[in-house]
Amino acid sequence: MAETITSAKCNALIIGGSAGSLDVLLEIFPGLNADLNFPIILVTHRKSGNESLLSDLLQSRTTLRVAEVEEKERILAGKVYIAPADYHLLIEEDKTFSLDYSEKINYSRPSIDVTFQSAAEVFKSGLVCILLSGSNADGVEGLKAVNNFGGKVVIQNPDTALMPYMPLQAVTNIEDSVVLDATEMADFINKLID
Amino acid sequence: MINEAIDNEQLEILLNDVLENHGYDFLEYSHASIKRRISRLYALDNFVSFAEFRYTIKSDKQYFKRFLEEITVNVTEMFRDPSFYRALRNEVLPVLGTYPFIRIWVAGCSTGEEAYSLAIVLKELNLLHKSLIYATDINPLVLEKAKKGMFPLNYLKQYSENYLQSDGSKDFSTYYTANYSLAKFDESLSGKMIFSTHNLVSDHSFNEFQLILCRNVLIYFDKDLQHKVFNLFDSSIEKLGYLALGSKESLDFWPRAKEYRRIKTEKIWRKL
Repeated sequence: MAETITSAKCNALIIGGSAGSLDVLLEIFPGLNADLNFPIILVTHRKSGNESLLSDLLQSRTTLRVAEVEEKERILAGKVYIAPADYHLLIEEDKTFSLDYSEKINYSRPSIDVTFQSAAEVFKSGLVCILLSGSNADGVEGLKAVNNFGGKVVIQNPDTALMPYMPLQAVTNIEDSVVLDATEMADFINKLID
Repeated sequence: MINEAIDNEQLEILLNDVLENHGYDFLEYSHASIKRRISRLYALDNFVSFAEFRYTIKSDKQYFKRFLEEITVNVTEMFRDPSFYRALRNEVLPVLGTYPFIRIWVAGCSTGEEAYSLAIVLKELNLLHKSLIYATDINPLVLEKAKKGMFPLNYLKQYSENYLQSDGSKDFSTYYTANYSLAKFDESLSGKMIFSTHNLVSDHSFNEFQLILCRNVLIYFDKDLQHKVFNLFDSSIEKLGYLALGSKESLDFWPRAKEYRRIKTEKIWRKL
């Protein structure tokens, strides 16, 4: 199932979320098509320890392979990657992952900004980023970079988000974005398949 | 600023300058990470043009010290990953305790938190008196801090929790004295440490050890450089000695990984 990334309209999908985003992920995953031709990368704020909990939860809801990122791992289409707790996740020019244990950004490690920004520079117009529920402003600066490099920005509708602050910051600050309810997201993602 | 402060071409130019003018080779560092560090420094120090930034790094020796300190990551913790220290305490160090003398290398020790954690465990196992911890880093400024053994007091609550979770059973506060905003760690700990600069990219093996700790350093290196460093470690570890890496690092893709056996679930390997 996993194939090398080819140039399609979506080369990578990154979902960033904080407080209140788990419910959205659990809503999205059962609806995803099994033939995704791009990777999905998840960056969520969570405590370290219980490493496999999130991947187990999501794996039980999809046939796509879900796993925590390994350092220097090659990014393959059709796989779901989870940023490990307590490291920033960066994307290299050769489409591999790097981890970074530098200072927290927005009180967060992994920081959604760091991954969005780094991926924006690599995937450019082939990148789609979704920002979900949360109660800090992480992700907004990163989404600006995604816009600047020609990528697509999707934001969870703050009116229906459990924690509206983070998506609201994004809606306010990002000019070019699509706003969706959690229930609409799986469908949106499936339509990105080329 | 969100646009790339430093692009890939400029990064290449800077890293070549640094190698030529200062002798530090960052060309095989993971690009995404070092690019982010350099872009961050560019913004932080309010440079107005790449040319000015480049010239300052090339020609200003004082600024280069800052550059070196800022682009290398020096975030560390005492007893980080308590289960790792539990494995050291219960499985690795008791084995080394059977040797007449224990030599340990903490490679990329930064400000010393891991070396002090290790010294505490050795002390509690009654092995510190016959141990020597070589703590090295590429960056002389962080080694100055490490020698002092003074860490911000506001971190000590977290460190103390980590320590207890790692099977530490003493009162953690007996290891330091609070001095204004700093905790000064007992000199009996640093008395068994030797601090020295060492560059994993360009310097050679300098001794043989029974244990090498190099945690969350290799994540900043590309695969080829990681393999070179594993070779360096291999030539610095005695037979049946141990190599300990960070929780997301692995020996697995190194061609000679078969000559090592991993200890259970921790990122600790034993040389066969």
